[in-house]
Amino acid sequence: MTDIPLLSLAIWVPIIGGLLVLATGSDRNAPLARMLALAVAVAGFVVTIPLYTGFDVGTSAMQFVELQSWVPRFNINYHLGVDGISVLFVLLNAFITIIVVAAGWQVIQNKVAQYMAAFLIMSGLMNGIFSALDAVLFYVFFEASLIPLYLIIGIWGGANRVYAAIKFFLYTLFGSLLMLIALLYLFMQSGGSFSILDWHQLPLPIEPQILIFLAFLVAFGVKVPMWPVHTWLPDAHVEAPTGGSVVLAAIALKLGAYGFLRFSLPIVPDAANELAPLVITLSLIAVVYIGFVALVQADMKKLVAYSSISHMGFVTLGFFMFNKLGVEGALVQMISHGFVSGAMFLCIGVLYDRLHSRQIADYGGVVHTMPKFAAFFMLFTMANSGLPATSGFVGEFMVVLGAVQYNFWIGFVAATTLILGAAYSLWMYKRVVFGKVANRHVAELEDINGREFAFLAVLAVCVLAMGLYPFPFTEVMHASVNELLRHVAVSKL
Amino acid sequence: MNFVVPDFYPAAAEIFVAVMALVIMLASTFARSVARNLAYLLTQATLIVAAFITIFTMEGEVVHTFSNLFISDLLGDVLKLMIYFSTAIALLYGRGYLADRKIDKPEYYLLALLMTLGMMVMVTANHMLPMYIGLEMMSLALYTMVAFDRDSARSTEAAMKYFVLGALASGLLLYGMSMVYGATGTLEFSGVAQALYNQTANQTVLMFGLVFLVAGICFKLGVVPFHMWVPDVYQGAPTAVTLVIATAPKLAAFAMAVRLLIWALFDIAEEWQMMLMLVAAASIVLGNLAAIAQQNIKRMLAYSGISHMGFMLLGLLAGVVEGDRHFALNAYSSAMFYAISYVIMSLASFGMLILLSRAGFEAENIDDFKGLNKRSSWYALMMLFVMFSMAGVPFFIGFFAKLSVLQAVVAAGYFWLAVLAVVMSVIGAFYYLRVVKVMYFDDPIDASPIHAAPEVRVMLSANGLAIAALGLAPQALMSLCAFALLRSL
Repeated sequence: MTDIPLLSLAIWVPIIGGLLVLATGSDRNAPLARMLALAVAVAGFVVTIPLYTGFDVGTSAMQFVELQSWVPRFNINYHLGVDGISVLFVLLNAFITIIVVAAGWQVIQNKVAQYMAAFLIMSGLMNGIFSALDAVLFYVFFEASLIPLYLIIGIWGGANRVYAAIKFFLYTLFGSLLMLIALLYLFMQSGGSFSILDWHQLPLPIEPQILIFLAFLVAFGVKVPMWPVHTWLPDAHVEAPTGGSVVLAAIALKLGAYGFLRFSLPIVPDAANELAPLVITLSLIAVVYIGFVALVQADMKKLVAYSSISHMGFVTLGFFMFNKLGVEGALVQMISHGFVSGAMFLCIGVLYDRLHSRQIADYGGVVHTMPKFAAFFMLFTMANSGLPATSGFVGEFMVVLGAVQYNFWIGFVAATTLILGAAYSLWMYKRVVFGKVANRHVAELEDINGREFAFLAVLAVCVLAMGLYPFPFTEVMHASVNELLRHVAVSKL
Repeated sequence: MNFVVPDFYPAAAEIFVAVMALVIMLASTFARSVARNLAYLLTQATLIVAAFITIFTMEGEVVHTFSNLFISDLLGDVLKLMIYFSTAIALLYGRGYLADRKIDKPEYYLLALLMTLGMMVMVTANHMLPMYIGLEMMSLALYTMVAFDRDSARSTEAAMKYFVLGALASGLLLYGMSMVYGATGTLEFSGVAQALYNQTANQTVLMFGLVFLVAGICFKLGVVPFHMWVPDVYQGAPTAVTLVIATAPKLAAFAMAVRLLIWALFDIAEEWQMMLMLVAAASIVLGNLAAIAQQNIKRMLAYSGISHMGFMLLGLLAGVVEGDRHFALNAYSSAMFYAISYVIMSLASFGMLILLSRAGFEAENIDDFKGLNKRSSWYALMMLFVMFSMAGVPFFIGFFAKLSVLQAVVAAGYFWLAVLAVVMSVIGAFYYLRVVKVMYFDDPIDASPIHAAPEVRVMLSANGLAIAALGLAPQALMSLCAFALLRSL
């Protein structure tokens, strides 16, 4: 292994780069800010590549570990490391950042430097979340990442942006502060350690386990978001600028799900087993009920937002099956959802930039004026509905298989998402893209330009590659998932 | 009767400040033409020199002098340094504001120096009488400073309120002290502690005394139910004076709480912890809820200050659990860290208000921050730091302050209190977010450029950056607090 602190680079290159972009100041220097932001985003991605190429798939131990004392007074350490569960998210995050920077290239004309800087800083913070092995470090990144997104939604968002931004912030803050108390309790119980890995070994009686589990459930459940604390997400998505929606859907939602795997399952396994029916019920409600809610949306962004909640319900469902297919399927689903939902929001963004409307009713017959776009949009819509040969299929299929292993009827209910997903995605696609040209504005639409083509094509390749050959993704996670499941099966009472 | 010359050396800083106060008074009388600048510069110089004196006379061990009336220890020295520091910054921020309103009279700086002296005496008192004298000295100077804009009806009203309620609180405190004297036969802190340890004190009288003492302390900290003066005074006083009230006196009040409750009354800690628990919970709830409704940012910051002081008390009340004193150092140092963090944030927040004010215009409504990002993205960023720090969001110092007091509360087993505090800080986050919202999401209603003296700009930026830097590296300040308490106990 090299001595280069790769994870630190993955975190701090975007953050420091973001500060540099911020320093370019006013909009007179906007071209410079854009170029610099792109350079930083690419550099941020490049430094994460060795994380994958140098990753040892044979072990479940943490890799690329960095350990330094941060606040000795409370034994808080700057402790980083990734395993098969987290490494892919670091890569995904760095990759999506490039797309987001590209997506905001022309659309954002106001406070460009601040926009780009906010995304870069957020990207670094989120890499920190995925690689933190110290609970306070995790918490610090987890909360700090709210600030840039709050600003992104609030400054560059739509008409009702202030409400959405504040709602987003307060919901997530509430969840995470309850988690903070659980973390402080664990700190006390473990005799003064904030190390997540130490906590994995810490025996706990069942009552505190249940309380800790519930605190984590609120924190991560809000972030995922799970039914019934999902209501911030449609607001945030609808009001956020395209880039904000992409990051929110592709990465930020994964933070909650990741938290379940890093905290809830290994630290309080008995409570997780005890309360699995609760989480499974909530997940199924999200999958089915939110699927129906998505069906009736008139706003495209809202529709995709609800579809995200439904897909994330699938993820939490997979985790709490406690079998390998379920957990791996859920992880694959998370990565896939990162690509697909990101792409969906980009497609909607492409339309919105031209027509300034997200209402399905304002469109119709887009295929006549934007054929290239329609092709990409179709691929992503299919992936969103879980068509085989796209990435969406792999994860959903694995989770459904895992669910059937666990309990046939749960698997049965979960499988309805394949129908519902197809229904709302394809119906929206039909109304927007096919049919006669709906109005004068649609007739004047211009097809996607080179820049838009580039980022949609890259995502399309990812979606197809992952759908046809998911092995490079699942290979990485095997050892860690096995270890996690072994750990969950052992009681800590 | 033989007269022993006391050891003046540990009190060198206090003596120096007292002498300089007189020098400034005389100098500004005789040199009228340059009096304003002279008084200001001499005051700043005095504070700086006093800081050096304090550093050089630091003994590292506890020294008593003036027949045990005076104590010099690391805790006092650290707090004194913080007091000089925050007073100096507050005067620096406030100077232009006062000049714009033509109230930058030399007497103002003289009063500020006397206030500092009062606080220094409070911090270093080892006996209830000097404690009381220091408190009165500080309070009288502050009452006058609040009324300094004497043509403003609002300021005068605020000063009157402050004075009447403050006098009442002083009375309560004095009454409490007399009861403690009645119960233990001494006013000296170590003597009181000794009497409690030997259980020779009359418990009934002692408890009555304790209630009055706690009431007096709570008034000075400005916590519920003794908070009535805080919003009115904060709003009514000229912003430069609000800045002074909201910063260093909190440290002095903290010192008073520590000396009275921990130095003298530690053996009945579980009694006063109960009282503080109610006070802290009520302050956190009321402060945060009332702040939401405010349109005036000075008033909002006043209520937010009430809740912050409630949080600080969380640290003080978590020291002794069922007779176990194991947590005491950890808990008290977290409270001290909280108090210092609050002062740093408070300086920056009122500093920003002063920055936005100019001759003929008072920035005091939240709406005055509208569109600040478009007017000056740098200062908007600084205010963003302050607001998120006060809301307890990382990477800012406010997060670690909250983390450390919550850690103390959880370690003491008061989960309900921790949950209450956390739920209330989510509610509290709303009004801090609203300030960020108006700065970043709204358009400016006032496009006039921001003008301020270069030293104010530099200092305010440094202050904002310090909030972020201390949030990235809180260890030094945290261990300083712990070390100071450890060496002084």
